[in-house]
Formats: sequence, C-alpha cells, structure tokens
Amino acid sequence: MTNLFDILGPTMVGPSSSHTAGACRLGFVTQALAGGPPERAEIELHGSFAMTGEGHGTKRAIVGGLLGMRPDDAGLRDSLARARQAGVEFSFRTTDLGEGAHPNTARIRVWRGGRETCLRGASIGGGRIRVEEVDGMGVSLTGTLPTLVLVADDVPGTIAEISGLLARREVNVAAMRVDRTGRGERALMTVEIDGPIPDEVVRDIEAKPWAHWIRAIARLA
Amino acid sequence: MYRSIAEWFELAAERGDTLAEAVARRETRDSGMEPAEIRERILATLDVMRKAIDEGLSSDEESPTRMTGGRARRLLARDQSLLGSGFRELLARAIATLEVNARMGLIVAAPTAGAAGVLPSVLLTMAELRGWSDDQLVDGMLVAGGVGGVIAHRASIAGAGGGCQAETGSAAAMAAAAVTFIEGGTPEQVGQAIALTVQGMLGLICDPVAGLVEIPCAYRNATAAVHALAAAEMALAGLDFPIPVDEVIDVMGEVGRKMDVRYRETALGGLAATPTGQRIAERAGMPELVELQRRGGAKGEDAARLGPS
Repeated sequence: MTNLFDILGPTMVGPSSSHTAGACRLGFVTQALAGGPPERAEIELHGSFAMTGEGHGTKRAIVGGLLGMRPDDAGLRDSLARARQAGVEFSFRTTDLGEGAHPNTARIRVWRGGRETCLRGASIGGGRIRVEEVDGMGVSLTGTLPTLVLVADDVPGTIAEISGLLARREVNVAAMRVDRTGRGERALMTVEIDGPIPDEVVRDIEAKPWAHWIRAIARLA
Repeated sequence: MYRSIAEWFELAAERGDTLAEAVARRETRDSGMEPAEIRERILATLDVMRKAIDEGLSSDEESPTRMTGGRARRLLARDQSLLGSGFRELLARAIATLEVNARMGLIVAAPTAGAAGVLPSVLLTMAELRGWSDDQLVDGMLVAGGVGGVIAHRASIAGAGGGCQAETGSAAAMAAAAVTFIEGGTPEQVGQAIALTVQGMLGLICDPVAGLVEIPCAYRNATAAVHALAAAEMALAGLDFPIPVDEVIDVMGEVGRKMDVRYRETALGGLAATPTGQRIAERAGMPELVELQRRGGAKGEDAARLGPS
C-alpha cells in the first residue's frame, strides 16, 4: 500500500531511489540481522545493480547501509572511506543470479562476532525493498513494518508460544511467515507487527530453549 | 490513498472537507499518523526541499560526468528573462534540485528522485510570487500527495513502469493541482489542472544518458515545472478538458504499459542510445551497458535484465 510519504518522499541522498535509497536499505537490513555493522562483507551485484550501479553510488549506498546509515544520511557519500577507517573489510563482485532474479538484486554476506549472515534482496522501485532470502532460507521482508526475525528449532508449539508472548505485551501481529530447512530442523520466522517492538518481547523469546537467535528490525521508512 | 480522483473529491464533498483535509484524513486512517503529525512532517519535507535548492544554487560543482552542475546558476546569472525573474527562478530551482541529486545530495523524491525538482520549484517559487503562508504550502503538498497516490494506483510513478510521463508527468500534475488548490480553484478546476497537465505529457519516454539520473532529467524537470503552471493557469481561468481526469490518467497508464522497454529507464533507447549517448556511457565507465546498446540493444530480454533505474 502506498502511503502519503511514499509519494512526498522518501527524503534521500541521490541520485536514484532504487539504486541508491533501496540499495542502502538492503545494507541496513543486513546489519540489523547481523546485530550491527559487520567486520567483513562480500557483496554480489546482479543485473542493473552491477551494470549502472557505479554511477548511482550503489556500492557506497550498500556499504553505508551496512554501517547503519539510512537513505537520508549524508555520510553515504563517503561511506567507503568511513568503512575503511572503521576497519570494515568489504569486497564487491558482479554475479548472475539468473533470469528470474529482479534486475536490482544484491546478495550480501557478512561476518560479525564469529557469525555469518547472508541476505539476498531486491530494490523494487521508489526506494522500497524486498528481502528474499536470509541464510539461504526464503523470506518475505519489506521493512514497511517493524519485523522480528528469528531462527528456532522446528518443534511443535513454537508459533503458538511466540504469538502468546507477543499478545502478553499487547503486540499485534500483521503477518507471520515460517520457512524451514527441513522437517524437524531449523525454522526461520519473520513476524511483522503493528507498532514498535518492545525490548521485553525480544528478551522473552530469546530466553526460550528453542530459540537460536532473534533480531528486531525497526521500520525502514 | 485514494483510488480515483472522483472517489477523493466525492468523499471530500460528502464530509465537507477540503481536498487537502480529505488527503490528511485518509492518511490518518491508513497509517495512524495524526493530522498534526502529518503537517509537521510535511513542513520538515519542505525544509529539505528548500535546502536542496539553496545547495544547488550555491555551487558550480559539476557531476562526475560533467553533464550537470552549475547550470542552474547559469540561468540566474543572465541579467534578463523572457517572462520575468520568476520564470528564471522556476527553471533554475528545478534544475538545481536535480543537480544536487546527481552529486548524491539530499533531496525529496516526490514522487521519485528523477522528478524531484518539479514540486519544490513550482511550490516555492509560487509561494514567493503569491505570498502563500506555510499553512497554504502544507495544504498544497497534501493535494499533491493525493494526486500522486491516485496516479501510482491507476498508472505508474516510476520511469521503469511508464517512462518519463510517469515521473515528471506525475510530478507536474501534482504541482499543477497544488497551485490550483492554493489559488482558490474549485475541486473541478483542480481536476482540470491535473487532466490538462497529463494530456500534454502523454508518451514522454525515459531515456537517461548512461543510465544516470542527470540528462535529460534535469532539463525535463524544468520544462515539467513550466507545464504545471501552464495547466494551472488554464484551469483557474475555467478552461475545460472534455475527457474526465481519471480517464486521462488511465491513458497514461495504458501508454506506459505499451511503451517499449527501451524507453522505460533501461538506457537502451532514445537519447541514451544515440552515438553520443554511447560515448558518454563509455566515458562514465559502463562498458556492459554500451555493449548492449551497440548490439542494437535493443532486445526486450536485454532490457529486462537492466530493469528499473
């Protein structure tokens, strides 16, 4: 759904809503999933991102996002230098993700605190994004609402427990999606909610024995 | 947001709302944001627009391709203007915003980055010339937002979706409606202003040289601003367009969908694919793009790979 400030905005660093603002958001979501700016990042660019990204500041936008910058952060202009100063190692390469991939797709692999996170997502126009995969598991994450992302054991009752914990904190679920690597293995859950995510909810879920990790991603716009 | 101009105007009339109030009311329903909060955020948005113009007019710095930068200042440096200084300011402000955008400055993508110059140049220039208050400007922005929402729903506001008519055409329609509303036009005249704008920009292709949001974008923002004021002037004088505004917007959508993908922001056609356009792309370090352009580029599947800019 389009809202007023999608039309009268976003306020952003130029030059392109999809090649710059959307690219920045893909980087931003990646660092949010990793729990903060990474120590190292390997970024693959597909299609138009690879072909005309140079002139659109796509690399600077993604690296800026990885440092936690938003699309309206003037720091995006010199984000590559800032990343080097901060000791963040990064590399880019062109890739071909096949015909089915959206023309503005990136695959971003990051390392932080001994953990690896890999995101694949597309910039779908006007600065909006769609995250399609996290750690190889299919997701559907747009960042238009605050989102919880968690990895849990695929055991019965986890979904009910999560919705119970959310209800106890009076958090309303807008959408929930569960993807698993295989039956009885691990499940990746994305839960979009109305309104901000209370810290207590994250702590409640984290304390469960079936929960491996959880991240709260604030609304992107 | 509303799905048609007719729906928006009818609901406003039923409730006794102005067109601006009706947009704020819908936004409160959709996003939960209170009207006062919406107005505050619009004021902040206007502030970013003003700063972008100031930044663009205070520097001669060229973009890396040297296609833009300093051109807005050149307009103001001339000691005369064909229609008076307001005309010169209007054009300069539209170009200044796009010049700031090209060098990674902060702009408001209203509705997109490629068309970011139109609404600020029209609204802020007219506010000076006509003495509008900030409150009137906010109302104008709400009306502009309402128009953009309808176009996004019925047609497209993205160059990749519908060519330049979808970007600068939408921005001009938004600006024309805002001016007509603030100047006391009736809802019918606001509708005419939108129809008069869109009909004149139908079919405009999106063909950015080297795939960059620079040329022709900067100049098209300037001419779209003029277009918006021409439509507002005609609408305020009661000139009528016989095809209803929603039907005119639907034509824009139809033309956009049928437009060859080469002309939808892929940089594989139009000005971008001219011999000189190819040389500029080569100098800008885009060998893959140039190769596609030379291959005659022009196959749909190649264009599909490039996608939206």
